[in-house]
Amino acid sequence: MSRRTIIPFGPQHPVLPEPIHLDLVMEDEKVVEAIPSIGFVHRGLEKLVEKKDFIEYIYVAERICGICSFMHGMGYSQAIEQIMNIEVPERALFLRTIWAEFSRIHSHLLWLGLLADAFGFESLFMQSWRVREKVLDIMEETTGGRVIFGSCKIGGVRKDIDTVTLKRIEKILVDLEKEIREIGNVFLNEYTVKSRLVGVGVLSREDAYNLGAVGPMMRASGIAQDMRKLGYGAYPQLDFEPITRTNGDSYDRCAVRIEELFQSIDLIRQAIGKIPEGPVDTKVTGNPDGEAFVRLEQPRGEVVYYVKASGTKFLDRLRVRTPTFANIPALLKMLKGCDYADVPILILTIDPCISCTER
Amino acid sequence: MFAFNMTKSIFKNLFTKSPAARASLAKKEFKRNTRGKIDINIESCVFCGICQKKCPTGAISVNRTDKKWEIERLKCITCGYCVEACPKKCLSMGNEYSGPALSKDKEVFENARVLDNATNS
Repeated sequence: MSRRTIIPFGPQHPVLPEPIHLDLVMEDEKVVEAIPSIGFVHRGLEKLVEKKDFIEYIYVAERICGICSFMHGMGYSQAIEQIMNIEVPERALFLRTIWAEFSRIHSHLLWLGLLADAFGFESLFMQSWRVREKVLDIMEETTGGRVIFGSCKIGGVRKDIDTVTLKRIEKILVDLEKEIREIGNVFLNEYTVKSRLVGVGVLSREDAYNLGAVGPMMRASGIAQDMRKLGYGAYPQLDFEPITRTNGDSYDRCAVRIEELFQSIDLIRQAIGKIPEGPVDTKVTGNPDGEAFVRLEQPRGEVVYYVKASGTKFLDRLRVRTPTFANIPALLKMLKGCDYADVPILILTIDPCISCTER
Repeated sequence: MFAFNMTKSIFKNLFTKSPAARASLAKKEFKRNTRGKIDINIESCVFCGICQKKCPTGAISVNRTDKKWEIERLKCITCGYCVEACPKKCLSMGNEYSGPALSKDKEVFENARVLDNATNS
């Protein structure tokens, strides 16, 4: 047996967009064990529910994460709506779905860029982010913000999209699909990319299930788990099937996310086709009293919102279980036995969002 | 096909300026809905202080006795909650971002008409 060494990885590392620390126990070039520690960017946002009233807290909820910000706001408002039995207008549900799918597209494009950056393909990184900019422009035009939309509120949405804009979005989607296909082909068929991804970090179906992986991680291992099938928002009226792959390696996780981009574009098209006329919000009166438990599908996987209220305007407790936190055990499993050079790619394939995880 | 594409982009690059050079000269156009900065029409403000109470970050402070409305631009997250809450509709969301801040000062708005009345009497 050769000598063991411990290499600290992070919290500051060129490949990490956000701080996570791993102690890598190494034997020569192989990782034997990885010991994680988190808590570098804890902001105490869950405690803030005691200071901000429940309507104001939506602004805090949106800032839990900078990338899936809209879906955090959506999850929080769904939980409050469930407690207060608020009937959200149909048009608002469709608009929420459209924005949620757009943020999925921009999150996946961002991730593709970061992955390209991690294996040193800089021009692919630039191209991915160039396409992402088009999505951000649509967001700015319809909601007013590029990443923090601020358009979701309890009882509906703040802004409406008129028919002319919806038609134009449909046109932009055609271009977007073409460009994403071009980038996707490079990720899926390029020899150099494949040599870094195929067979790296295999997570078997049993491991994914036992360790409670979520989102694209789980779907790449062959389990069709998609919270959108639970039927929140306008998803029951849209036609889609969860995308799965069977190998469970980094290449499959990349492929699942690329196919989800096309799925999201298709979902937006369907939603634009089926969107009904009507109001976009309802008036909220009174204070929430009770408990609610909401699950929804973010770009990174399943997020769980638990809200407890006691009839005052301040909530008692808010708990957010974010997808990255659920994926960390699976990441540690994958790191065992991998090469040191593959560690950055493996950390990136779970799509880590550390600010989310630590709140 | 590949060679044809490449020749096309070579010729295009020879006769056009680089995208970076073009982007640095282009003026940033703000969208109709862009949340830029909070504007106030101080003439119609009644200094009720609802915006101060609603502001999630505490960026706004209202002084009723001195008829002063102050905002800290660095604290403001342009969420627009004050615009929704304003009973006189004197607050609005401007499209353009606020200029670069040189110091952490508050931007002060005073109702000139009220002040004139006070000095005259």
